Amino acid sequence: MSREIMIDPVSRIEGHAKITIMIDDANEVIDAQFHVTEFRGFEKFCEGRPFTEMPSLTGRICGICPISHLMASAKAGDALLTVKIPPTAEKLRRMMNLGQILQSHALSFFYLSGPDLLLGWDSDPAKRNVFGLIDANPDLARKGIRVRQFGQEVVEHLGGKRIHPAWAVPGGVRSGLSEESRQELLDWIPETMATLKQSLDLFKAKLDGFEEECEVFGNFPSMFMSLVADDGAWEHYGGSLKFVDFEGKVVSERIDPSRYREYIGEAVEDHSYLKFPYFKPAGYPGGIYRVGPLARLNVCRYITTPAADAEFKEYKQRYGTVNSSFLFHYARLIEMVAATEAVHRLLDDPEITSEHLRANADINQLHGVGVSEAPRGTLFHEYQVDKDGLIQKVNLVIATGQNNLAMNKTVAQIARHFITKPEIPEGVLNRIEAGIRNFDPCLSCSTHAFGSMPLHVQLIGPNGILLSERKRN
Amino acid sequence: MSGKPRFATVWLGGCSGCHMSFLDLDEWVIELAGLVDIVYTPIADIKEFPQNVDIVLVEGAIANEDNLEMIKKVRENSKMLIAFGDCAVTGNVTALRNPLGTATSILKAVYCEMPDIEGKIPNRSRTVPALLETVQPLHVHVKVDQYIHGCPPSAKRIREALEALLNREPTYAASTAKFG
Repeated sequence: MSREIMIDPVSRIEGHAKITIMIDDANEVIDAQFHVTEFRGFEKFCEGRPFTEMPSLTGRICGICPISHLMASAKAGDALLTVKIPPTAEKLRRMMNLGQILQSHALSFFYLSGPDLLLGWDSDPAKRNVFGLIDANPDLARKGIRVRQFGQEVVEHLGGKRIHPAWAVPGGVRSGLSEESRQELLDWIPETMATLKQSLDLFKAKLDGFEEECEVFGNFPSMFMSLVADDGAWEHYGGSLKFVDFEGKVVSERIDPSRYREYIGEAVEDHSYLKFPYFKPAGYPGGIYRVGPLARLNVCRYITTPAADAEFKEYKQRYGTVNSSFLFHYARLIEMVAATEAVHRLLDDPEITSEHLRANADINQLHGVGVSEAPRGTLFHEYQVDKDGLIQKVNLVIATGQNNLAMNKTVAQIARHFITKPEIPEGVLNRIEAGIRNFDPCLSCSTHAFGSMPLHVQLIGPNGILLSERKRN
Repeated sequence: MSGKPRFATVWLGGCSGCHMSFLDLDEWVIELAGLVDIVYTPIADIKEFPQNVDIVLVEGAIANEDNLEMIKKVRENSKMLIAFGDCAVTGNVTALRNPLGTATSILKAVYCEMPDIEGKIPNRSRTVPALLETVQPLHVHVKVDQYIHGCPPSAKRIREALEALLNREPTYAASTAKFG
């Protein structure tokens, strides 16, 4: 009998989502879909507010990556003022963004996906979580918790608060780095680097055993997009946009981020509150592209810090341009090394404790775009204001949304590979969910337009009848 | 209740910042895991909210039909229900859509007027939950036993509240009580 299975909610992800799997009479998977079920409406309720409020308000889009919104929003504000911010302000913004990339990637690796990677897809679902990891490998779990803590300490030392600091502002930042904070943060570096090396060694040693996962957990050709420095270096704050194809060939490059609308369109489907961005010149849905750690490492040519660049070279040597979404985990670990080294480099910068932190100006342009690389990919904030600086129109393109087409393709690929019999073991459903966890989606972000996302998987027969479902809130 | 309290966390309409602040308990989370049985949380794979929960932290406001169904179930199955963070306590940022019009008019603005190609309102039944006309804090729909405010509450405040509860003190007096 044909049927539909629903996983509801998808667990160990940030936000609310469901997955539907459609199966025919012969137990062949016809398709699978990923639904985001949350909606909040930021783009509308920001209208009428002063643009200076936007960094701390839009930070509230997401509790995991408030800093990405803070950065993109402050940069859009810089564009409205038409100022170049002081060098130390830019360095401090970069440092906070790196701290956030580090803590968010640590959350993904150690808390959310680590239980799958280290305890196994088919392990007891009651223990397949960070608390189970604490029981099974207390040493690694504690170290992982401390890597996340270091990322959050960077944010707190700069912004005074770990989550939703109102710190970056149009024109610069509110406060600087004290000598005492600089020293305290420097003390964390050796331990963090050691844990990351241990984690990378552990992951690489397990990679041969993950051949099937590399093959079917979202392995397909697509384009990739991210910011990149002018010389091709890994970038997370400045630079220009670049699209490459599945072989790493340039599709489009040196794109000024303020022209993003010429390249990125957004579509809507009836089964998800999450919009479906696509590469405009290729149309919808042919213009599928991926963003985030995998994309950044496919787009860049090198990383400017030594340990991360050595890891990057080894990864490229082994895989070339990477099309397997399973390797998001690997890319994330390399980026954690890059972020830690880059924070270290900034802490050693003699200018870092300077007190020149803010450029003051009135509004000089009524339109501004700000961009940053969030942990999950490129984030755009675009504001139109009136002469008093009141917001007239807001457009936000969120990292996770840009992976929406790829996430749908991923759940369908995993479902087709593993579902061959009428009975579907829990471990198979967990693998389908893990396909989503590859991308480390951030669903309260991605449905910023008004939303939130629980995961719910449905198995639907070809006649549209719901055959089976699983939920999680 | 056999020994350790049964502890749960739930997120509804919000940004997950309160849960992130919970994780900012850092290594104290390891200690907490020894003091309670964690029976339900979005960072674990238990899909149904269980029976006989002693303490539950609920983040987020009630924004859609799924949230409403969930909070009723949580209330029914739990002894101590705590509104966790400003969205749960007041509606906060999640409720900023309330003055903008009906749920339909907001959805229309976002999904029909903004996209680049033919827009439509996501509405597949049993898949995307319908929005409630207004976003409300928890206490509008169910009885709330305690409130921990903050956007998000700091890890320090969360720890004080949990330690007071685990020591069976009737209420906690947060040393850092403030909204925002």
